[in-house]
Amino acid sequence: MLGEGILKGLAETAKNFAGSYVSKDRLTTVQYPEERIAPIEATRDFPFLVYDGEDWQAGLRCVACQICEKECPPKCIYIEKSKDKKPDYVGKPQIYPARFDIDISVCMSCQICVEVCPFEAIKMDTVFELATEDRFGGLLLDRSKLAKSNEYYHTIHPTEAAEVDARLAEEKAKVEAKARAAAEAAAAKAAAAPAAGAPAKTEPPAVKPAGGAE
Amino acid sequence: MTNPATEYAAGQGIGDARLDGRMVVDPDSGTDLLEVAMGPHHPSTHGVFRMDVALDGERITRLKPVFGYLHRNHEKLGEGHTYLASMPYTDRLDYICSLTNNWAYALAVEKLAGQEVPERAEYLRVIVGELTRVQNHALSVGFLIQDMGASGTPLMYAFREREKILDLFEALTGSRMMCNYMRFGGCRVDATSEWLDAVRKVVTGLPQFADEFEQLLCTNEILMARTQGVGVLRPELAVSAGVTGPALRAAGVNYDIRKVDRYSIYDRFKFKVPLGEHGDVYDRFMIRLLELRESIKILEQALKEIPDGPVMDPKAKIRNFRPKVGEAYGRIEAPKGELGFYLISDGGPNPYRYRVRPPSFVNLTILEDMCLGHNVADVVLILGSVDIVLGEVDR
Repeated sequence: MLGEGILKGLAETAKNFAGSYVSKDRLTTVQYPEERIAPIEATRDFPFLVYDGEDWQAGLRCVACQICEKECPPKCIYIEKSKDKKPDYVGKPQIYPARFDIDISVCMSCQICVEVCPFEAIKMDTVFELATEDRFGGLLLDRSKLAKSNEYYHTIHPTEAAEVDARLAEEKAKVEAKARAAAEAAAAKAAAAPAAGAPAKTEPPAVKPAGGAE
Repeated sequence: MTNPATEYAAGQGIGDARLDGRMVVDPDSGTDLLEVAMGPHHPSTHGVFRMDVALDGERITRLKPVFGYLHRNHEKLGEGHTYLASMPYTDRLDYICSLTNNWAYALAVEKLAGQEVPERAEYLRVIVGELTRVQNHALSVGFLIQDMGASGTPLMYAFREREKILDLFEALTGSRMMCNYMRFGGCRVDATSEWLDAVRKVVTGLPQFADEFEQLLCTNEILMARTQGVGVLRPELAVSAGVTGPALRAAGVNYDIRKVDRYSIYDRFKFKVPLGEHGDVYDRFMIRLLELRESIKILEQALKEIPDGPVMDPKAKIRNFRPKVGEAYGRIEAPKGELGFYLISDGGPNPYRYRVRPPSFVNLTILEDMCLGHNVADVVLILGSVDIVLGEVDR
């Protein structure tokens, strides 16, 4: 019968139309911006800099190694190294970025900066609705705008942030253990030094704990 | 008072452009032909693409595809960037199927560097690749029907299904369209078991979508009248022009790189390669729906068999990656056809030559042969049935 196919198709649309009132699968749209879908955890859009503690300038993890600047495919990161040094999370004095700009009008959200960063200092944000009237200054973010706390990182990517924290804590513990072992070794050595009679006998036990801690 | 726009146009020679609708005489036939520029700013061209057509009444007597409006220097950029930095750029080739683009490029580089891919990563690649194929075919059928004038309904159903798949991509890779997921020697992140469960849930719903879509469209008399016998592509021409993908299989040529090359782990899955008989628009439309069903079968098998294990080759390097001197061509069956990357390495951090073989571009070259003698309205349909993405055509 001519028109049978059309009627079959119309039955399908009728099913969808009626179904959209009862089934969530058939009506998937929401009325943005009044209604919003819950964000997906892995979402990424633009990078930000993580800092620990209260003060963003003191706590910035970035050490201005410029790897991300070099690896960034569209070259949207600009870094200037500082002249002086500040202590990092394990207490080692490090250079920090005197200037760290990301031009998010150029950024292509590829996450390569995050992958290459050896210091877990740069992570991907989930902010959107970034429209601005100033096309140049408004989209060129400097470090004061890029710096966001570790707590904020935990709110947007909880699983990933927990992994990063565990990794950093492990590293810190390692460094501390090493430092402690080194200090102990130095102390043992210092203690052994006055008893100059038998250096060969006292040295091996002093070295051993240092090796074991590593 | 003078009109600045007219003055500008006259100064630029725009006023006497050849294709502004004036009549020209074809010396061979002696009749008046009308030259029309279809595009570049028209939704039916699927992007910025122009067809210079010469019309005899309603009939096409000549058609010249003009592309390059979206040229972004992709291949030259690839020569200047490191191997890794080119990966996010491949997302932007065929922006509907970024994951298969990643895959083809990763495959080429792995061939070049002689890298192995862990088992689980191969399975993940197959899963995301076939999901990409499902959403591409749903979408291309939707757009084809849209080109036919059925504004909205089938396309929106296709979009609804694609949305679920894009949500899966976002949960896995962090991005809906520009996934940037694959790395040389594996995948960037591992899939959680919750993600795999979510994929299983979506895949279970897909056959119902395919049923409904077929019910909606396949026997529709208007669709059949518009598409059957339109834009016939003969198998000999398709083969000699290098056409690949659904357009080639709709012409009846059994050529699917998943079967021919058996790259990755496609030899482990049972699936059929649907073939057309007439090579017309209707066959190309049906082939996509059938391939969608075959992809669902592959997905079901892959989800059942996926093993545990690492997703990255432990020897793989993210930074300072320098493959040895040589050349490699990696190709896959992308949803639109054979997508290949040809790379020459001189041992440095970036390729000496980076060449893309995009399926859309090659499939477009036979557009005139398919369109000759048809009406203007059919050109839109035939172009829609070739399924192009201009990001890939112009690169």
